[in-house]
Amino acid sequence: MKVTEMIEKTGFKTVYLGEDREVAGVYCGDLLSWVMGKGQPEQAWITVQSHLNVIAVAVLREFSCIVLAEQAEFPEEVIERAKNEGLTLLYSDLPVYETAVRLYEAGV
Amino acid sequence: MSVIYEKIYNVERDDYANAGLVSSLIKQSLRTIGISPAVSRRVAVAVYEAEINMIIHAYGGTITLQISDDGMIRLIAKDKGPGIPDIEKALTPGFSTASKKAMELGFGAGMGLPNIKRNADEFSIESSPAGTTLDLKFQERE
Ligand SMILES: Nc1ncnc2c1ncn2[C@@H]1O[C@H](COP(=O)(O)OP(=O)(O)OP(=O)(O)O)[C@@H](O)[C@H]1O
Ligand SMILES: [Mg+2]
Repeated sequence: MKVTEMIEKTGFKTVYLGEDREVAGVYCGDLLSWVMGKGQPEQAWITVQSHLNVIAVAVLREFSCIVLAEQAEFPEEVIERAKNEGLTLLYSDLPVYETAVRLYEAGV
Repeated sequence: MSVIYEKIYNVERDDYANAGLVSSLIKQSLRTIGISPAVSRRVAVAVYEAEINMIIHAYGGTITLQISDDGMIRLIAKDKGPGIPDIEKALTPGFSTASKKAMELGFGAGMGLPNIKRNADEFSIESSPAGTTLDLKFQERE
């Protein structure tokens, strides 16, 4: 499934739409080195961390997008960095677990 | 074997905003000169973790990238202190002395050095109060 199709099916709000990458699976986590060690390419990453370093981690892990859960918000500088990287940023107003369930139900 | 490419990058203390920058620059250079995605990725992860450690635990330093004519990639991450009192402890997965501020930002899982070790083909670390030096080597794996 592509990122755009995933957005359509989940209803997550688009903060920035980057490259329409393939989405294969989901990773949840807020401890950055843990995510760096365990995340896999093409996963959608659900986190509550919204500072600049999440962009670096997502780019290095080659995640397909970041889904920011729990009504957290991305600062402007983070959105700018994501634009430079073509990395899609999404908002979910649900908690992490329900956000993951939503993705599961969408077929990710 | 001789070094055919060398570049030195500066990493500033407490510069959270640019953390990850050196890593992405190095990854781009490696991809441009034709190093495989698999090796570039391992190098980039190691640089990222080394870079963050220099920013949050040390007083900044430099990361040197060297490439030899036999394809060997070497990274030397050298900081200006305060050093690691117990290296064995620091290498234990889960061990961290990260500050409360760093923890809130998602650092401090104690997985950085283990991630570096796992991604590098050769790993050595030396530390004194004058600074910590990581010396890492990477090669194409079969
Ligand atoms: N360059 C350094 N200078 C001084 N101390 C360091 C340095 N790198 C690591 N350490 C020490 O070693 C510990 C373990 O480092 P490691 O990178 O594995 O975990 P962390 O940085 O605490 O957390 P994480 O990397 O998971 O965010 C650190 O908490 C710190 O005490
Ligand atoms: Mg670390």
